[in-house]
Amino acid sequence: MSDFQHWAQMGGYAAYVWPAYAVAILVLGGIAVQSWRRYRASLRDLDRLQPPLRAR
Amino acid sequence: MLTRLANPARFMRVSGVVLPPLTLAAAAVLAVGLYLALVVAPPDYQQGESVRIMFVHVPAAWMALFAYLVVAAASAVALVWRHPLAEIAAQAAAPLGAAFTFVCLVTGSLWGKPMWGTWWAWDARMTSVLVLFFLYLGYIALVNAFDDMSRGARAGSVLALVGVVNLPIIKFSVDWWNTLHQADSVFRMGGPTIDPSMLWPLLIMGLGYLLLFKTLLLVRMRTALNEAKARALRLAAPRRLGDTPLAEAEPALR
Repeated sequence: MSDFQHWAQMGGYAAYVWPAYAVAILVLGGIAVQSWRRYRASLRDLDRLQPPLRAR
Repeated sequence: MLTRLANPARFMRVSGVVLPPLTLAAAAVLAVGLYLALVVAPPDYQQGESVRIMFVHVPAAWMALFAYLVVAAASAVALVWRHPLAEIAAQAAAPLGAAFTFVCLVTGSLWGKPMWGTWWAWDARMTSVLVLFFLYLGYIALVNAFDDMSRGARAGSVLALVGVVNLPIIKFSVDWWNTLHQADSVFRMGGPTIDPSMLWPLLIMGLGYLLLFKTLLLVRMRTALNEAKARALRLAAPRRLGDTPLAEAEPALR
């Protein structure tokens, strides 16, 4: 058995360790992506709104 | 420091400077933390490799409490001084706190099954953390339940302050009651009882979570301020902009 396979089996607890890390990464990564997308959208929205006002 | 930052324009300027290095620091510390947690830290002599769940579970619990402190403190400032930035901070922190609490509950369940033989128990620690999760959801729902945004914010602030009683219950539940959950082994009188080889990865993951929280808090606060500005611009010149009549603009604001 390779070192990697040995590590991936987590001493028999793979079925608990990997889902725990997956949940942490997906949930926290998910809210990070959602926060960032909404931030980009708010900047785009402001860009759309502001040029006509500046042109006045 | 806080009073000087409390001006929205100054907040935008300062947070704009801080955000890129903060984002990089959060990513770097989390990467190092994950490596330490999954590769470097030793297996536990009793729990074996399952102890690695601790490194994503315990910092999530810390952040669940810390984020609630932020929501509550900002709510208090919002109620007493009526400062708009405080409401924005509270509303930006709440979904982050809910996310950390959710991670804490799920990873705890995944750790409980192999170690205790059960996914869940209605002991004082787990139940009080579940209550914390519902407090976050209740706060978010209440803030968004009013057409008048300032009324929603005020109702949410009151709920957030009432919910503070839950924090000492969570913290001391493991001492006050006979819980299935173990007692604290890091933030306790007399210092940590956990071995340094596990304490360090844990603290670095905790720092990574904290930096992530701060990064996303700033991003979400900046988003809220941008959206408020867009709302004000639409109200000021709804006709001129043509593409955004008032009736259409409103649902997109929240």
